[in-house]
Amino acid sequence: MTFFLQLIVTGLAQGMVYALIAIGFVIILKCSEVFNIAQGHFVLIGGYLGWTFLVPFHLPIWAALLASIGVAVVMGLLIERLMLRPLIGQPVLAVVMMTIALATVLGGLATLLWGAEYKAYHGLLPTINMTLGAISVPSESLIGLMVSVVCVALLMLIFKYTKIGLAMRATAEDLQVVQSVGIKATTVYAFSWIIACVVGVIGGILLGGVSGANMELANIGLKAFAVVLLGGVNSIGGAIVAGVILGMLENVAAGYLDPLLPGGGLAQVFPFFVMIIVLVFRPHGLFGLASIERV
Amino acid sequence: MGGRTGTFHENYTQDMALFGSGLHRGAIALLFIALFAGPFFLSDRMLTILTTMGIAVISVHGLNILTGYCGQISIGHSGFMAVGGYTSAILCAHLGWPFWAALPCAALAAGLAGLLFGLPSLKIKGFYLIMATIAAQFIIIWIIIQLRSLTGGTDGLLVPKATLGGITLNSKENYYYLVMVMVVLATISAQNIVRTRAGRAFIAIRDNELAAEVMGVRLWSYKLQAFFIGCIYAGAAGSLLVHYVRFASIEQFPFMDSVWYLGMLIVGGMGSITGAIMGVVALKVLDELVTVAGPILAAAVAPQAAASLALISHGVVIIIFLIYEPRGLYHTWEMIKIYFQVWPFSHQQTD
Repeated sequence: MTFFLQLIVTGLAQGMVYALIAIGFVIILKCSEVFNIAQGHFVLIGGYLGWTFLVPFHLPIWAALLASIGVAVVMGLLIERLMLRPLIGQPVLAVVMMTIALATVLGGLATLLWGAEYKAYHGLLPTINMTLGAISVPSESLIGLMVSVVCVALLMLIFKYTKIGLAMRATAEDLQVVQSVGIKATTVYAFSWIIACVVGVIGGILLGGVSGANMELANIGLKAFAVVLLGGVNSIGGAIVAGVILGMLENVAAGYLDPLLPGGGLAQVFPFFVMIIVLVFRPHGLFGLASIERV
Repeated sequence: MGGRTGTFHENYTQDMALFGSGLHRGAIALLFIALFAGPFFLSDRMLTILTTMGIAVISVHGLNILTGYCGQISIGHSGFMAVGGYTSAILCAHLGWPFWAALPCAALAAGLAGLLFGLPSLKIKGFYLIMATIAAQFIIIWIIIQLRSLTGGTDGLLVPKATLGGITLNSKENYYYLVMVMVVLATISAQNIVRTRAGRAFIAIRDNELAAEVMGVRLWSYKLQAFFIGCIYAGAAGSLLVHYVRFASIEQFPFMDSVWYLGMLIVGGMGSITGAIMGVVALKVLDELVTVAGPILAAAVAPQAAASLALISHGVVIIIFLIYEPRGLYHTWEMIKIYFQVWPFSHQQTD
């Protein structure tokens, strides 16, 4: 029982980070109908940015966070303006290939700037230790939970009470109507990319603070897709719930089944099995809207 | 230039002819002679490059039928190549099958795997299908690692030398000829598949699924056919690759290869057989440029510059093509041809 609970708690920590990354994906998808394969690479850049500002620059944690967010904002603006805006109205494949190309360019930049090396900076993030009975709740799980909750709350406030948030929600609803009342869709797109970059970078700093920054961080993005599909591609709440579910399931499955399998590594491939099952049986996910095609 | 300024086909046979003009036929004949004569004056390194290019061409033809013609996007093509490669390797290494028998079995196995992972395409499309095929790639590789007793898991599997009709394919020249013959066969068969009833159905599905269905095209049947055919090419290419290296390992079939195959299609031009070949050649030449420029850059800038150059250059090339020439090199080539054909006029005579 302790083993099971430990797996659940570890899964919760991972799940919250998956959810945070998935939210960035969902926001871009809702506002601009772009499927952003490069979301995992924002996490990668975030992990390395965290190291850069904390270790060589010796910034305090709040300043490092602000600086990273600043870089993320610039990155989001540039990506939207240079890569995605020329492709407005192009078919799905062109847009998806663009984000894949973006992912490889970001991966290449990370290799160039940080040498694809393992950069550790644990101990620099604040730690909170807590034990529940026999199981210890890892500090990263608590911090991940708190940061995710704060981020989601902030996003909800932005969506609810700011003009740009309202414009974003409206764009998600109906692009043509939005344009006819004079809201600039390109501004909304730019803002959604900024949010996605910021969310990804924060996720990267969280993960980097736990396990160090390395090129593996980008693979988290692929797992986040399973989260997005399970939760429903256009539901932010769904992304959070699905993130937690998937994080737990992955850990429980790996904990109990890995000893039985010769090759192991079930945790790496588990999200893809979930993906296939969801796609076959419930393509719109748990909380997504089922799309109906009309002629 | 004595080119013709228009289409002057007078009957169906002329319209369906693969090689239109005498000039076209001459160019193809020259290409065949050059391909055949290649080993007599090319270095070993050039032969290796051409052989890997040929294997990629076979694979991309399959992806072109699936994605370029039928519109079903797949980013798991390298995984289907792995199915073919490992089937071939297992049949030859464990059961002692000859190469000529293992190759079609490998193609068939990959085709069946394609059918299996193509099933979700009946319900989903666009981005969802991309996700399903990415999942296929990772699941296939994971299953290969799990079947350790058959596939050798992460250690890989040694493949015996391929023999064909009493000839042992142990030299680069031998294998070059085999691959080139396969490339020619694959190109001709691909060109013909897209001209059949099924090929026209694929194009109809790509252009408008709903309209195709209303016209009586059975979506489920033709989508699965596209997956089957596309993956058969992948399986054959995987088998050729494994026998060329004489070793099967999961590192030969990475996820990024699936992405590059799609990139080759975009650079070359989707939905065009010539375009697929152009794309493969373009990206492989870029690969070689990177291999040459990498060490120079690594010495001048930083040791990791070589690795990052490969990633950044490929990404940037695909980005540039997506923005400035989404119809690919083939379209550019057509434009250049028309420019010279109609010169000194700026437009083609149409009636």
